[in-house]
Order: sequence, then structure tokens, then C-alpha cells
Amino acid sequence: MDRDATSDVNAPHSMGTTIIGVTYNGGVILGADSRTSTGLYVANRASDKITQLTDNVYICRSGSAADSQIVSDYVRYFLHQHTIQLGQPATVKVAANLVRLLAYNNKNSLQTGIIVGGWDKYEGGKIYGIPLGGTIVEQPFAIGGSGSSYLYGFFDQAWKDGMTREEAEQLVVKAVSLAIARDGASGGVVRTVTINSEGVTRNFYPGDTLPLWHDEVEAHGSLLDILNASNPEPMST
Amino acid sequence: MDTLLSSEGDSQRTQYPYVTGTSVIGIKYKDGILMAADMGGSYGSTIRYKSVERLKQVGKHSLIGASGEISDFQEILKYLDELILHDNMWDDGNSLGPKEVHNYLTRVMYNRRNKFDPLWNSLIIGGVKNGHKYLGSVSMIGVHFEDDHVATGFGNHLARPILREEWREDLTFEEGVKLLEKCMRNLLYRDRSAVNKLQIAKITEEGLTVSQPYSLKTFWNFAAFQNPTVNAEGSWILCLMMFCCTKTCAFVDASFSFIARHGSA
Repeated sequence: MDRDATSDVNAPHSMGTTIIGVTYNGGVILGADSRTSTGLYVANRASDKITQLTDNVYICRSGSAADSQIVSDYVRYFLHQHTIQLGQPATVKVAANLVRLLAYNNKNSLQTGIIVGGWDKYEGGKIYGIPLGGTIVEQPFAIGGSGSSYLYGFFDQAWKDGMTREEAEQLVVKAVSLAIARDGASGGVVRTVTINSEGVTRNFYPGDTLPLWHDEVEAHGSLLDILNASNPEPMST
Repeated sequence: MDTLLSSEGDSQRTQYPYVTGTSVIGIKYKDGILMAADMGGSYGSTIRYKSVERLKQVGKHSLIGASGEISDFQEILKYLDELILHDNMWDDGNSLGPKEVHNYLTRVMYNRRNKFDPLWNSLIIGGVKNGHKYLGSVSMIGVHFEDDHVATGFGNHLARPILREEWREDLTFEEGVKLLEKCMRNLLYRDRSAVNKLQIAKITEEGLTVSQPYSLKTFWNFAAFQNPTVNAEGSWILCLMMFCCTKTCAFVDASFSFIARHGSA
């Protein structure tokens, strides 16, 4: 990894991804895009950035793919041991604090922002944000990755407490979709994971099912389909 | 230098801060200490978190306020937890007061600085023990001192001048809060990383309370603000002359606030 000692202290590193975690009345929903980029090339257009740690705790990974994967592997390993010793499912708080320990103690080597979300019987649904540096912040909702820059205003306006599961899911999908529209480092499909007392549900929203935003046009198989349609727009000379 | 030293675990180099808190202000007043800090956590120029508690209790007698890297502050709170735990375990009837906590933190900060691996914070410690009020500050390089009023960051430039004029030994709680709010309002106008959601904490011999988060009214309704270009070209020069020094800014803003609330002559 390149170590640049002259980095501007005020410029945070931007990370290729959009990740979101929201709480709703009953649990949490984690959402993410699916683009992994190496420079300008899209290495994986259908990656899964929502990773399982235990039956009831998942994380959203952003930043360096390698760093976030190794952190999640370590925390999964620690949590597994912890669960055996504890004799019951680990709490979301414990999982988040384990992530924080790794992120904080290796802050000079790691470049990954993580959102931890899950459900436990003591506190219900909880979301923890762990940005660069290893600060841990419990929040009703969290956003991360380079695409999140475009979502601060959106969430300021659209977020409300005590949403239903359907409202929360729609909010997450809409938000990731908006970020994908503007962030070059985000794209592909929207994946969501819902965690509540009943268990875990994965959802998949392919890129072509997402809503269209400003200055985007409907997709067609071919120009010929447009030309042959019942009310075609004439081709201009 | 990088290739000669360790290839990973770069503890040879000063890090940089990511999520930061801005100014903290502390003053002594009649019954103890008052401290104020906003609840912002900035990520570069983005105001990323707006509910960060930067004022925390330490043991029975002390209050700590922190600015700088929040993850390092969270780590410092863990060190202080351990310090207080061991102090309690002695079970000898004694307990660490603010002066001792201040000294401990000074050693921690200075020793980290010597290893070129600082905790990137400026801390304010305040408290009352056995009737004795104490207020001190420590910086990330271990510079420490004690005073009747202290501040971190921008607070040093904008709040301290106000406090130098208006602080008195016998401030009541109400007067102290108003004085802190005057300083915090000024910081809100002039510090880009300030956030309008703050807490004020009070510590006396009896104990500590941290207020609920609240916001301050701000004043924008001045003729000079309404039509700054009424004199067309060149009028920005007038603004520049008025606001060219921070002390003048503080004075101007403070007097605008005064006029707004009390009416001008």
C-alpha cells in the first residue's frame, strides 16, 4: 500500500461503493450496490458487499475490498468463539466493538469503512457505523462509501423514525439507486438484507428494475424496436 | 525512510485525524465548573455526525471534554475507565480528583507524542474536590495548563477573548451558562465545523449533570446584512474592513447579538 506522508489532513479518502443500514420498527435493513472497481475497470459487477458475521449480525463493507474482507473474516472467527463461550447468540454491540478494535488498532494500515447491523433479543435492531479511524457510532441509520456523499441531503429529508419494513426497504433501494445514478464507483444491482426477530431475508433488485432518475431514459433491446413501435418518433435528418 | 523502517504497522509516523470534534470551552464559576461543546463529528469538510457526545464524566469528581479525533477520545475514555476502576478497587476511601486525572492524561499524551504516535485530541478536564475547583487542558503534544477559563481549537481564538473580558470569579450558574452560550453562538457563526446542537455540563461538589442536547437561536436580521451591496461596487471592501480580524469579528458578532436582544440606542 502506498504511504503518502503529505496527504491533506482535511481530505477524507473516498471509497468506491454505496452502503446503507437503517433501523425500522422491528429490525434493520442493510443495503449496498454491487460494483467492485480496480481503477476505472469494473472488476466485479455483481459483488456481494453485505457479509454475514453470525446468524443475526451482518456487515456492509466499503473501501479496500481486501481490508474489509480480512476484517470480516477475523471478526467472524472471534464471534464464533465468543458465541460458543457465551452459550447464546452474540449481540450486535459486541460484534460492532470487535470490528472497532480491529479498525482502531490498525488504523495506519486499513482503509475500510464498515456498517454493522443486526438484531438481538436485548436491544432489538441496531446499526453501528465504523468509519475510517475506528470511531464507533450507534445511529438510527448509517450511510457509507463514496456514493454516500450524494445521500446526506436525501436522508436529511426522507428519513423518519419508526418506519415499517416495507417503507424502510423502499427507502434503502431508492437511496442506493440515487447514489448509483451519480457515483461512478457505484453500480450494478441493489442488494438488501433484512434482519429481525424472525430471521434474515435477502433481496435482489437487478439494475434494470431500478427507477429512472433525471436525464436517464428507458432501456430498449434495440433502436429497431423504437422505430417499429406503433407511434415511432421520426428519425431526424 | 519508509523502506528502512517497518513495512507494516506504521507506528513510526504521525497519523492524521478522520472524524473530528471542534471546540470545547470550560469556565470556573461560583459553585464549580461549566463546560460546553457541540455534538458535531466532522469528516473532513463534511459534517458527518450530529449526535456525538464530547463531554463525559470521569469518576466522582471530574468532567472531560474532548476535541480532535473521536476514535482516540473513545480510546482515552477506555483508559480512564480502567484508571477509575483500579482507583475504586483500592477501596481506601480516596478517589482521584480532577487534578490527578489531568496529570494522568498529560503523561499519556506526552508519552504518545514522544513515540510520534499521538492521540489526536485536545482535552479539557474540570471538576471540584473537597471544595477546590480545578480546570485544566492538555493538547495532543502534552502541553498542559490550568486556568479559570480554557478552550480548545477555535475556541482559543474566538471564545477566550470574550471570557477575558467578561469572566468573573463569582458567576452564578445562570450567568455562566449565558456566557458560555455567547461564546458558543460566536463559534457557530465563525467556525465552519461548528454544529447547532450543543450540550452544557455542570460539575459541583454535589455531582455532575450534562444537559440534554439543544440548539441556539442565531441572529441574521441586520440592515447591514440585508443589502450589503447597496453602495454597489466597492461595498465588499466595507465588509472586508469590518470583518478582517477575528477579534473584531467576535466583538462585532457579540455586539450584534447584544443589540438584537436588547435593542440599539
